[in-house]
Amino acid sequence: MNPGDISPLTILIAAIFTNNILLSNYLGMCSFIALSRRLDTAVGMGLAVTFVSTFTTALNWVIYHRVLARGALSFLPGGLGDRIQLEIFALIVFIAVIAAFVQVVEMVLERFSPAMHQALGLFLPLITVNCAILGVALFMVIRGYGFFQAVAYGFGSGLGWLLAVLLMAGLRRRLRFSTVPRGLEGVGITLIVTGIMAMAFMAFAGMVRIQ
Amino acid sequence: MNRHLATLVTPIWKENPIFFHVLGICSALAVTTRVSNALVMGAAVTCTAAATGVFVSLLRPVVQRSVRLVVEMLVIATFVILFDVMLKAFWYDMSRQLGPYVGLIVTNCILLGRAEAFALKNPVLPSLLDGVGSGLGYSWVLVVVAIFRESLGAGTLLGLRVLPEGAAPAQALFLPPGAFFLMGLLVWGLHAVRRRP
Repeated sequence: MNPGDISPLTILIAAIFTNNILLSNYLGMCSFIALSRRLDTAVGMGLAVTFVSTFTTALNWVIYHRVLARGALSFLPGGLGDRIQLEIFALIVFIAVIAAFVQVVEMVLERFSPAMHQALGLFLPLITVNCAILGVALFMVIRGYGFFQAVAYGFGSGLGWLLAVLLMAGLRRRLRFSTVPRGLEGVGITLIVTGIMAMAFMAFAGMVRIQ
Repeated sequence: MNRHLATLVTPIWKENPIFFHVLGICSALAVTTRVSNALVMGAAVTCTAAATGVFVSLLRPVVQRSVRLVVEMLVIATFVILFDVMLKAFWYDMSRQLGPYVGLIVTNCILLGRAEAFALKNPVLPSLLDGVGSGLGYSWVLVVVAIFRESLGAGTLLGLRVLPEGAAPAQALFLPPGAFFLMGLLVWGLHAVRRRP
């Protein structure tokens, strides 16, 4: 199937359930393990990831396809556009866009919505090094998504990550009252429970297909 | 000399970045379906970590404290891009298989963490050794996970058959749940070994 033909809605659902960025692409593990310890931090970080991932994917798509991609600048006079190759800067540009966006959002929130800033402020800086966001941008380029597909993918991946971290936080609340073998506490049991969760999510496979 | 040796060895075992600091787990799970992928990924992280260490250490006198994060990120991204481009040029198949995970080394906390915690405060040689040590500490974990996943999940090692013909490979180890289970068990095992006096 040509990736250009998949409807954005299909990509959205696939990004949440069948191709969950955390459970099938293993991205965003560090913050997943650290922040699923408590329910409120999990919700905060999940919402922040969803928000940032949606908007930075849109921004990155525009920048990549209108400036960086091969042939994007061919309107420049004298064949200049064909001689410039900016594609290799994609990685640096994506990170810069993500970091700048996070910075701007933080400033806007601080100015206009102190309550939101209180809730999300702590998580926003962490997002710059959350590999899920950069991963979404890189997958979008590799799979050759169009604009709406890319936005749907960014939004869906954020929601998928939110869903996974919420479930995990709920599970870990229960885990606190059960006896876990020594040495397996913390990271070990979190990884194993994540494995069981990934298994449960595999039941969604076949619902939609994007690859 | 002993001090230098300690700088190199500490991150390999005693303060292993994956187990001790829980950094860089994402790629440790993603690229370990084949030993060859794990080896290349390990080489990528080791090279970029070493180069980053040297450069950040060299830049110490000129970099202001307020812009150090930006500088560190730029140095890391530059080396990651260099590795990515070279891999694309000389080993395209491998580059395709690793997909976005080479680029994602940029957000691998091991590199930024070591630059921030070590290279920013130390001379060039120790920073180089610390980078190499952290990279090797990350690599051996990757290779161990990959050995389990490839030999039991596909019945091969570096493409050579190791399981007898009739034996059915446990394909679950190839899929995400298997990776999570294996990593969890490995963390458990390592904690158990380490706690022993």
